[in-house]
Amino acid sequence: MDNKNDFMVNSAEVKKKLSEIGKNKRKVDGDKIARGRALYVGDIKMPIDKLYHAKIMHSPHAHAIIKKIDASRALALKGVVGVYSHENIPRVQYTTAGQNYPEPSPYDTVMFDYKVRYAGDRVCAVLAETPELAEEALALIKVEYEVLPAILDMRESIGNKVIIHDELDSTGILDKTKNIAAHVKAEVGDAQKAFSAADFVFENEYSVQYVQAAPVEPHIAITYFDENDRIVMYCSTQVPFHSRRIVARALGIPVQKIRVIKPRTGGSFGVKQEILIEDVCAMLTHLTKKAVKLEYSRKEEFSSSRTRHPQILTIKTGFKKDGTMTALSMKLLANTGAYGSHALTVQCNTGSKALCLYKAPNVFFEATIVYTNLPVAGALRGYGGPQGYFALDSHLEECAKKMGVDSIELRHKNQVKVGDELPLTKALGEGREGFMQTLKTCGMQECLDKVLKDIDYYNKKKKYAEENKKSSIKRGVGIAMTMHGSGIPGVDMGAASIKINDDGSFNLLCGATDLGTGSDTILSQIAAEVLKVPTSKILIYSSDTDITPFDVGAYASSTTYISGVAIAKAAKQCLDQIIKVGAHLLSEKLEDLYCENSSVISKKTKKSVSYTDVALYTLYKEDQFQIMGSGSHITYDCPPPFCVQGCEVEVDTETGKIKLVKFSSAVDCGLAVNPVMAEGQIEGGVHMGLGYALCEELKFDAKGVMTNPGFLDYKMLSTLDMPEMYTHIVETYEPSGPFGTKSVSEIPVDGPAPAVANAVENACSVRIYDLPITSEKLLNALLEKK
Amino acid sequence: MKLNLKVNGENKVFDIDVRDTLMDVLRANGYTSVKHGCETGECGACTVIINRKTVNTCIYPALKAENSDVITCEGLEKDGKLSILQEKFIEMGAIQCGYCTPGMLLSAHALLMKNPNPRLEDVKDALSGNFCRCTGYKKPVDAVMAAAKEMKGGE
Repeated sequence: MDNKNDFMVNSAEVKKKLSEIGKNKRKVDGDKIARGRALYVGDIKMPIDKLYHAKIMHSPHAHAIIKKIDASRALALKGVVGVYSHENIPRVQYTTAGQNYPEPSPYDTVMFDYKVRYAGDRVCAVLAETPELAEEALALIKVEYEVLPAILDMRESIGNKVIIHDELDSTGILDKTKNIAAHVKAEVGDAQKAFSAADFVFENEYSVQYVQAAPVEPHIAITYFDENDRIVMYCSTQVPFHSRRIVARALGIPVQKIRVIKPRTGGSFGVKQEILIEDVCAMLTHLTKKAVKLEYSRKEEFSSSRTRHPQILTIKTGFKKDGTMTALSMKLLANTGAYGSHALTVQCNTGSKALCLYKAPNVFFEATIVYTNLPVAGALRGYGGPQGYFALDSHLEECAKKMGVDSIELRHKNQVKVGDELPLTKALGEGREGFMQTLKTCGMQECLDKVLKDIDYYNKKKKYAEENKKSSIKRGVGIAMTMHGSGIPGVDMGAASIKINDDGSFNLLCGATDLGTGSDTILSQIAAEVLKVPTSKILIYSSDTDITPFDVGAYASSTTYISGVAIAKAAKQCLDQIIKVGAHLLSEKLEDLYCENSSVISKKTKKSVSYTDVALYTLYKEDQFQIMGSGSHITYDCPPPFCVQGCEVEVDTETGKIKLVKFSSAVDCGLAVNPVMAEGQIEGGVHMGLGYALCEELKFDAKGVMTNPGFLDYKMLSTLDMPEMYTHIVETYEPSGPFGTKSVSEIPVDGPAPAVANAVENACSVRIYDLPITSEKLLNALLEKK
Repeated sequence: MKLNLKVNGENKVFDIDVRDTLMDVLRANGYTSVKHGCETGECGACTVIINRKTVNTCIYPALKAENSDVITCEGLEKDGKLSILQEKFIEMGAIQCGYCTPGMLLSAHALLMKNPNPRLEDVKDALSGNFCRCTGYKKPVDAVMAAAKEMKGGE
């Protein structure tokens, strides 16, 4: 391969020449994790004398005014440093959503308020010498509330006489008097007119529930003053740079006074794209000058964290007799809970991710996002996609049934193809107008072939239709087809820098945030590929706001696609400098040289000089300088990955029990930098999607208090519940991505719910319109049908 | 008060508070592979092996462990060399964020100590108390099966 390392040009031919990308390189942090030596926030020995412990008191009421906080008994306890509430913490409005500045979420949250807006909301915090003491102190604080009527059903929010955000200082809320956090409408063509002219019009309503990301590591932060009087924040976050900026605002101090470090993270999935606890932790350090640890318990992680937005969606489609979709409309009501974190953008994404897959010439989308006195919704892997696809793909299955056509053919006929524009991408951006996308790659057909084969879809469908007549155990198969995005176009930016060391190894510093996704490995592979060295020569250090260049963080399936290019650019700058020195040392022209296996080599003589010699020469010998490069990347492209998922289920019609038998996924993620890790992303996404489909649901009593804030009562699928799994990567070569990549981390969560709903319907002819499809719900529906 | 333990083959004496869980004591003494995931023995992140059985240390009173033989994830390697099980977890993509990994490795290790020829169902059963939100369990289960196979081959 010659010197020209154009990582933006992609084809199967290029892939063959790659040595580090497309290979299952060893996870760079795998060894320390397997050895139990990886350090997460709670494991790090901080350079401090004494660590103090903060605990938060959460509201027992869904809606109340805090009349009085009597902390005298708590403060009298030896070892209690202080009690903090609206009475002694400055009031600053901000958003906890870790998004780009200016955040498209309302500034409707203060650190501690005189009012609580959901059961689980912050009341006050205690700082003490030990966690036990902090707990003891919390129990001694007496809070007097004036309990207010609460809104516990999103359908009752608009026009309710209860106003959740009646404070004067919040900004960015669309209509406080109506409890509307945000609203968005987008239209292409004229859907209304198209419905009137359509041969078939179908309409259904669907609803989706509250679920939790439930990373195994709960939220944790440790903050302290360093010797320069700056606040160091170790936190388990997806967005170190946003966290720094938002905490600076909340504390009223300059950004330069804060350093955020993200070490290993024990899972995030969107719930750590949120400034959930580090604002309080940093504030207590700021006020007391003490080192503070704040760690959520599992109960708090459930009841006082963030969730996926519950929605009620109405889908309406119009078709011609031949099955051509002429109009597509989605109207949704979403519940953002007590605060508007990610309220507008998640719902925009529901529309843009789901509706763009179909090329109806007339599309209508409208979302109204309302406040309730229930837990706060936020970012969660898929970011609106799982909600939208459950409704849309369930609906299309029903349309096909009613029209008497094959549902897969119906989907396929109306789906976007390479070369098509996706007009809704322009209408629906990140809380503002977006950028028109034109589809450059699409592996949907190949994905479909693989999944149909795994599930043996058509044969099984026929066979089970016969067998089911004679048995109370009924089997069925179902398919879902989805599309997602790769980063937020025109918004997401990643940056990196690389320098060479004496021995020809390289330090790669990047803002990108590895949450366990494996991005440290993938980004090292990209650097290694460009630099022509083995991945083991790359020493990656990521996510430290003092040391690494900026990156918006890990969300929106952006890290490989966006940050990956920044890293490739930085590596290319290093490579250019290396070759230049090589040319000098070998007395050859640049064009007569190439790089391979950590050496600069002459095409003519095959003489070579190693990177070690190049490094030693430039660092110590003559005309000394540091070989180093830096790169930033932003793009207005957002190539969608595609996915087909299929499953086989077994329904016991006497009990309603649903058994997952088999599940197959095929994802067109562009080129997979590390195929085994990409498969892992898919399988993990399937797990979360199946939980969404069948059993995960946060429940509340009549007063809005969560009744299942723990793993025992919030059912997630275990090893024993998971079906036989098949996973395929269908590679395409996306011209805009680094080495042909698109993305993989969110799309697998979009399809499991509709695939299961379709399979259940295929098995027992009952359609469930509201997730999760629990046995109880299914049994009731079966009985009703009888 | 004092607690006598054998941890990863070494005799140790720890200063403890009577209220401490075994998780508190192990973490405070540098065994940070023992992770906090819940406080109720539900997630398995704090799993260690005590006298050849897996235990959720977050609900295990430290006092109860007096004179026990404890294995933590730090003790799975021998002289700096990773065990076959650890290798398989890395190679086969069974690790993502890694927070549940130590607990999973120990549940698998305990299984293989007792049953070197596990069936797929045995492995699923052994790992059923270890919650993982990243992997969907396929690769961890496959890694344990592959490790069992390779360990048998090595005998």
